[in-house]
Amino acid sequence: MTTTTTAEGFADVVARCRAEGRAALVGYLPVGFPSVEGSLEAMRVLVEAGCDVVEVGAPYSDPVIDGPVNQDAMAAALAAGTRVDDVFTAVEAVREAGAVPLVMTYWNLVLHRGVERFAADLAAAGGAGLITPDLIPDEAEDWLAASDRHGLDRVFLVAPSSTPERLVKVTTACRGFVYAASTMGVTGARTSVDADARGLVERVRGVTDLPVCIGLGVSTRAQAAEIAGYADGVIVGSALVRTLGGDGELSQRLEALRTLTAELAQGVREGHR
Amino acid sequence: MTEPTATDTDTDTDTDTGLTVEELPRPGRFGRFGGRYVPEPLVPALEQLDEARQKAAVDPEFQAELARLHATYTGRPSIITEVPRFAAHCGGARVVLKREDLNHTGSHKINNVLAQALITKRMGKTRIIAETGAGQHGVATATAAALMGLECTVYMGKVDTERQALNVARMKILGAEVVAVEHGSATLKDAINEALRDWVTNVRTTHYAIGTVTGPHPFPEMVRDFHAVIGEEARAQVLELTGRLPDAVVACVGGGSNAMGIFHRFVPDEGVRLIGVEAGGEGVESGRHAARFAADATPGVLHGAMSYLMQDDDGQTVESHSISAGLDYPSVGPEHSFLRDTGRAEYRYATDEQVMEAFALLCRTEGIIPALESAHALVGAMQVGRELGPDGLVLVNLSGRGDKDMHTAAAWFGLAPEGTQ
Ligand SMILES: Cc1ncc(COP(=O)(O)O)c(C=O)c1O
Repeated sequence: MTTTTTAEGFADVVARCRAEGRAALVGYLPVGFPSVEGSLEAMRVLVEAGCDVVEVGAPYSDPVIDGPVNQDAMAAALAAGTRVDDVFTAVEAVREAGAVPLVMTYWNLVLHRGVERFAADLAAAGGAGLITPDLIPDEAEDWLAASDRHGLDRVFLVAPSSTPERLVKVTTACRGFVYAASTMGVTGARTSVDADARGLVERVRGVTDLPVCIGLGVSTRAQAAEIAGYADGVIVGSALVRTLGGDGELSQRLEALRTLTAELAQGVREGHR
Repeated sequence: MTEPTATDTDTDTDTDTGLTVEELPRPGRFGRFGGRYVPEPLVPALEQLDEARQKAAVDPEFQAELARLHATYTGRPSIITEVPRFAAHCGGARVVLKREDLNHTGSHKINNVLAQALITKRMGKTRIIAETGAGQHGVATATAAALMGLECTVYMGKVDTERQALNVARMKILGAEVVAVEHGSATLKDAINEALRDWVTNVRTTHYAIGTVTGPHPFPEMVRDFHAVIGEEARAQVLELTGRLPDAVVACVGGGSNAMGIFHRFVPDEGVRLIGVEAGGEGVESGRHAARFAADATPGVLHGAMSYLMQDDDGQTVESHSISAGLDYPSVGPEHSFLRDTGRAEYRYATDEQVMEAFALLCRTEGIIPALESAHALVGAMQVGRELGPDGLVLVNLSGRGDKDMHTAAAWFGLAPEGTQ
């Protein structure tokens, strides 16, 4: 495998966090919400307040695994004219701010740009890889090849419904980490995420040594702490998006985002490992 | 013709987890179209469904039960009707209608739904959900749910709940919950998004009965197979009536289920032209249409399948437009993309204006009120009939009846001023 990226990748983050006896904090925000510049500012706030990794969301017209909060944010971003090119600008901004940028994108945006071109642009911008919520390894041959060529991480999802055979298949295709969906459902804050998640992480650990991060539904410091007790990373999305989309001036909302992120960063340090 | 679809045996024998390109299974491909572009949580459900429908296909008990339902409930076989007074406007060619409008619930959609509802029960699921555009698939699903004691939720774009209000009432009367979807264009595409979100959340108890030949594998193949009865019957009926095969088989194409249903049996009959008619809306030049093959649509992924897709420079879906809610969709079933690229089928489009003209013509010449979707096929028949001339024989799939469209038609023809009954 040839590697063209030398910047810190997800594996380095996990190693650093393990040394510190904590889980990694991964924060998601869609590019272009509330504006392209506003989203870059918000991503910098995430990094300053303690996110190790920023999941840079590409807004998409038909986000089928996203709940209402993210749907609305993506629709607003697209209505304001956000382009796929802006995603790479955001990736650069996150890298400059000192965190690892991973792009979360629905597959048609990659397909339409061309898988090779998307991968090359992502690597050039300093991106660590892709999280692909609607691409399964079975359909990913071009991406497997392109990610090898450009040394990019490829993160596929597993879910509580995944059979043992699927867990093997999906985790074998992953590089960087395995994204474990905490519950069956779409993105959105939930009051409880633990029931299915813990069992799923155990099952994933049975088939791979890759780090496992838990996403979908996490919104509070207490939840982050609980998950940090058994997973390598905690992924928070809708709760951040909702905070960024709240009432008041953008500067106030960015402060609220900073406060929430700092609380979550405390949470991932409180897990009992 | 070579068999266009991938078989599933290669998936089943694939226990390999190595990742070289050649070793990866490619289930449900029609050439380069189709596939399974879905969130991982749905994969087990799709595998379960694929297994269940393959078992059902060779299970005499399932086949007998479905045949009994079609004979005693759907009203199959549906008749064919020759329409000479209408044909006078089709260059004098003989025109025969396959009367799917006479099926219980008023369209072809029931063929697929009864079969999927039986499979839902076989999989031990207790809830069935559906998307609907014109409301015909929603009504059929609500009907099957009532018949088989399943819980039912139907997702429908807000715009469509307004233009197909009669069908919303029918679904509710039948005991289904109808969810009006306000996101995006608030039409069929957005209803499918919402149904997929429900499915991801409730997949353990719920089957998502997709209403057309799109979506992830096995839907395009399975839904086609459940509608293939249309072409099976029609081919024999036309042979019996006329002593020969038709020159052309014409059907409207939204997702493409009624068209695949009538085309499938004719695919090996190379002398028979297969003609799909898309929604031209306000004209392709206007940008307000759903003529995916006529305009600059390119292959892309939407709702789990690779197919021709109306998309912008970034790959964002472009909104479609049609006077008929059932054809108002920016992509098309993957097998149609395959038939189009291989040249086995031809596609043209009909504008809203042409459609309303053909709609009125069939009503006035033959006493048959077609669905606006089906009226697209009538426009195709008028054109093809003129091209073929008096020796021609055209078989048209009349996919549904037009009761649901009275509101739209009355407004179009100025028959019901606002506020009058
Ligand atoms: C009567 C009728 N015909 C055709 C269609 C279009 O669907 P398809 O292209 O899958 O046949 C619909 C969909 O709502 C319909 O109600």
